[in-house]
Amino acid sequence: MKRTQQRKPVLLVSTRKGAFILRGDASRRTWTLTGPLFLGHVVHHLVLDSRDGRTLLMAARTGHLGPTVFRSTDFGKSWKEAERPPAFRKAGEGEQGRVVDHVFWLAPGHASEPGVWYAGTSPQGLFRSEDGGMTWEGVAGFNEHPMNGKWTGGPQDGTPDGPKLHSILIDPRNAAHMYIGMSSGGVFETTDKGKDWRPLNKGCRADFLPTPEPEYGHDPHCVRLHPLQPDRLYQQNHCGIYRMDRSEGRWVRIGEKMPKKVGDIGFPIVLHPRDPDTAWVVPMDGGTVWPRVSPDGKPAVYVTRNAGKSWARQDKGLPKNQAWWTVKRQAMTADAHDPVGIYFATTGGEVWGNRTEGGAWTCVARHLPEIYSLEAAGFPG
Amino acid sequence: MTVSIPSPLRSYTGGTHIVEGYGATLAEVLADLNERYPGFRFRIVTEQDGIRRHIKIFINEELVRDLADKVQDSDAIHIICALSGG
Repeated sequence: MKRTQQRKPVLLVSTRKGAFILRGDASRRTWTLTGPLFLGHVVHHLVLDSRDGRTLLMAARTGHLGPTVFRSTDFGKSWKEAERPPAFRKAGEGEQGRVVDHVFWLAPGHASEPGVWYAGTSPQGLFRSEDGGMTWEGVAGFNEHPMNGKWTGGPQDGTPDGPKLHSILIDPRNAAHMYIGMSSGGVFETTDKGKDWRPLNKGCRADFLPTPEPEYGHDPHCVRLHPLQPDRLYQQNHCGIYRMDRSEGRWVRIGEKMPKKVGDIGFPIVLHPRDPDTAWVVPMDGGTVWPRVSPDGKPAVYVTRNAGKSWARQDKGLPKNQAWWTVKRQAMTADAHDPVGIYFATTGGEVWGNRTEGGAWTCVARHLPEIYSLEAAGFPG
Repeated sequence: MTVSIPSPLRSYTGGTHIVEGYGATLAEVLADLNERYPGFRFRIVTEQDGIRRHIKIFINEELVRDLADKVQDSDAIHIICALSGG
């Protein structure tokens, strides 16, 4: 965290038509857009390795070409493609094989395992690299788990552009303890580095299923673990905002304290890096036919500073009306500065930032392609 | 035989439009191309050996359905990127 604070703030922007890098000055008032990188490529995620502070991995495909991962060790100046991108096991005779449509989520491994990365794909697969992203192997304990077919459901159970494995979270105290989220499928946990998995959805609703509280089949949109309090998880789910303290053993719907007219449906959730009680969300309209846009065309971020007991609206600087934004699950991020900078990006190609945790929002970039993900990072000055 | 390379794949062939192909089947030709241009094959063929949805491969004027299809030295293989827009 200290290293990031000493570095120049950077926002890594992944879009449907390539990637961009926003470089901020030390005050985070002025941002300079560079790119595009891989213009025309569908970039789902661009992530800096927080352990070495220099390796970037990019999950990309094109409209025609299959999915791959690119790697840079010079802050995006040059790139090398993975020698063996994430791919499912070749099916045996008479077996239905799975095909990775796209790599959706990239996550550096535990601090004790430099070079280890995890990738989540669509359809839901979990992959691991031990060489910094050059070669990938399926995590057989998940991909081949006897329950995998039931947990992941069929193609019809996924989001419109395919079911996804996302939110790969590693317990900072223990490299063998991990969580994943699946849309659909739910939240799952392993305590043996992926050899076995179990659902972790107790208390969470799945009101689109006949059984409102099933063991699995939920639709977590984004799950976060607090790095300083790893037994606290938050999730923005299809069915509301939830928090779990592992000692309680069940998800608690903290979104019920959101204003009724706004609701607690959305895609992303981000946490304050130093305060486990503080989280931000971007509500969207999840009514009737699920428009998935700012409720009533009035975009706002909501923050809780007491672990979900109450929420406060943060819309200063945002359009007051007729702004029908969608913010995807990977498109909101927090930096490590003090005060924390909060950033989100829209499918309309705008990036917005707030460098005071609650003051006015400013538009950092606009006119970009549809934005899929946004990650705060730091590059050397 | 010749293999024509569409623009999205020319980053693998150093910008070359047409390369030489070697092999008795399309699978062998693609395996050889992947040896010379690492990563090439997986962008157009899935891990289940299926030709990707927006890729079409022709041997001369015949659309290929199966990577086991035989090829001859005199053939022209065309890899086409088709029907993906927006």
